Amino acid sequence: MKNLKKQRRIQVLALAAIALVVATGLIGYAMRDGINYFRSPSQVVETPPPPSEVFRIGGLVEDGSLVRDQGETVSFAVTDGGATVPVTFAGVLPDLFEENQGMVGTGRFINGVFEASEILAKHDETYMPKEVVDALKAQGVYQEPES
Amino acid sequence: MITELGHFALILAFMIAIFQTVVPLIGAHKRWPGWMAVAEPAAQAQFFFTAFAFGALVWAFVTSDFSLRLVTLNSHSAKPMLYKISGTWGNHEGSMLLWVLIVSLFGALASVFGAGLPQTLKARVLAVQASIGVAFFAFILFTSNPFLRLAVPPFDGQDLNPLLQDPGLAFHPPFLYLGYVGLSMAFSFAVAALIEGRVDAAWARWVRPWPLAAWIFLTIGIALGSWWAYYELGWGGFWFWDPVENASFMPWLLAAALLHSAIVVEKRESLKSWTILLAILAFGFSLIGTFIVRSGLLTSVHAFANDAERGIFILMILAFFTGGALTLFAARAQSMQARGVFGLVRREGALVANNILLAVACFVVFFGTLWPIVAEMAFGRKLSVGPPFFNSAFTPFMVLLGMIMPIGAMLPWKRGNLKQVIHKLRYAFVLALALGALAWAVQTGRSALGPVGLFLGSWMVFGALVDLWGRTGSLARLMRLPRADWGKATAHAGLGVTVFAIAGLTAWQQEDIRVAQIGAPFTAGAYEIRLDAVARARGPNYFTTMGTVTVTRAGKSVAVMHPEKRNYPVAKMPTHRGGD
Repeated sequence: MKNLKKQRRIQVLALAAIALVVATGLIGYAMRDGINYFRSPSQVVETPPPPSEVFRIGGLVEDGSLVRDQGETVSFAVTDGGATVPVTFAGVLPDLFEENQGMVGTGRFINGVFEASEILAKHDETYMPKEVVDALKAQGVYQEPES
Repeated sequence: MITELGHFALILAFMIAIFQTVVPLIGAHKRWPGWMAVAEPAAQAQFFFTAFAFGALVWAFVTSDFSLRLVTLNSHSAKPMLYKISGTWGNHEGSMLLWVLIVSLFGALASVFGAGLPQTLKARVLAVQASIGVAFFAFILFTSNPFLRLAVPPFDGQDLNPLLQDPGLAFHPPFLYLGYVGLSMAFSFAVAALIEGRVDAAWARWVRPWPLAAWIFLTIGIALGSWWAYYELGWGGFWFWDPVENASFMPWLLAAALLHSAIVVEKRESLKSWTILLAILAFGFSLIGTFIVRSGLLTSVHAFANDAERGIFILMILAFFTGGALTLFAARAQSMQARGVFGLVRREGALVANNILLAVACFVVFFGTLWPIVAEMAFGRKLSVGPPFFNSAFTPFMVLLGMIMPIGAMLPWKRGNLKQVIHKLRYAFVLALALGALAWAVQTGRSALGPVGLFLGSWMVFGALVDLWGRTGSLARLMRLPRADWGKATAHAGLGVTVFAIAGLTAWQQEDIRVAQIGAPFTAGAYEIRLDAVARARGPNYFTTMGTVTVTRAGKSVAVMHPEKRNYPVAKMPTHRGGD
């Protein structure tokens, strides 16, 4: 009885250990293409990532750069004050997307243009993604919002 | 006046909660019946005063009392009544008040329905529950007081964030919180049992309804939230593996595991310390979720403006409760001896497998959610973990869970016979396989995900039906089946439907982005879509531009949709809604 109990406990622990090892393996495997690095426009211009890499870019939408009327795609430029990167996006922009506002986009950098597959929306007027704040601070152009 | 009374009631509830934490704990330790007995009236009084405070805040929103800062920031006199009421919890301060209201509600419920509990256990459960209340009352009163007045009340308010003015989201927070906070009851029972040093079948019987109720509410809350995300945010998806979404999903996974392990404690007096640990962790993850949402530490598509000081306060609450409970667990877990030996190929063995898979799946989600913070602090790299990570690291465990679920659900306790169960399930398996093969044959050149999902989903649904039928064999007896069996079959079949829906959506969904001209139709798949007209209209507190879109299939009208773009002038914010 006592031995059987011990044996069961070992069996269950072995099962749990196997599950954890498999999970760790899967995590390691999935990390290869499940992770998107964040780059500010300055970093992208400095060391352009390969066109195969999916990454995130964030900054302010440059004033006067937003062009909507060309069919399904819209284009604009994202800046952190230090450098500016042109962006194209085929899709519906978030409602709160505006010039001079923060944005974060996911996509690839191909031939000097960031082709976004997703543009991050914010839920309210006062929110700015943390990465964008940090990128603007790095270039010394961040302004504290008045509140 | 009512506002001041509400504020006063909130402070009073805070005091009662402190009293309710200290006195019954001492009473239970010294075995003084009088000191233990105060827990019950205290729990009810605490709920009464919290409810009064909450009611006062709702009243301020309903009557548009703009002398309250919170009302000014989140309401407007022209807003529809539903959103005036839901505006109460559509902001940080009000939602924390709702949170603490539910903490005290569960405490009061436990004091009413816990008549059969041994006196010491009951006193300790109510005391631990009240201590959670103390932490959150302090949080509200010191960092996020909803009852602050404005010296000069404005003429009108700034309106509620328009994205939140939606029925799906009006009811999403209450359900989500009923789920999150419902887990606090399981936590209180676990900590009380650790102090008591005793866990037995009776304990499990008392605990089980709480995580069950919490899990059901959490399911409804998550479903409402993802339905809202689908049509209001219009990203063409229900789930994005976003930190805020994961925050509600991790407690859901652990609560599901807890539900199943508590059954083993009740029926077999085994897995005791594991169940206690799960109860602590499940509520711990609720707190982590609150922290992630409120601190803004992780960039999320759902992020709201937030405040670092509040984040630190919640982090302290999290550290105190999970750290304290885990320390207690380490000291006392030795005393939880399992009664019987259990077999692996038995119901209890299957439930252990369920627990391992759910806990490991939760670990994967936890890792993916927090990795961005770890990477930034350890390597200084900013990154985000996207859906591909979760799709390949999380899905295998769920597929495995789905595969063994119908078999495990039918294995008997004590004496399991795998052959017999497989024999009973063979038609379900063949039918599910046939459906998957049919889908494979019909679709051409698309991913295998759809057929596989159809197979797995229908295997789970048919398995639940076979289980239900096998228990009875006749329609008359089916109606008299205990509610627990119906609940089990519904939940298992529902999971099957969900698996199929997720796989189907992922594999067969078509997205086409184009500019539509009025009257010029285009085709998508077998459907013809035509934008008929665009009209402008006025809502109670917004202007809208609404399209009329007709969908036809082979010349027959299938649906008329009304996608719209609303502009809320007070909030200076546009929204768009998918056609529904």
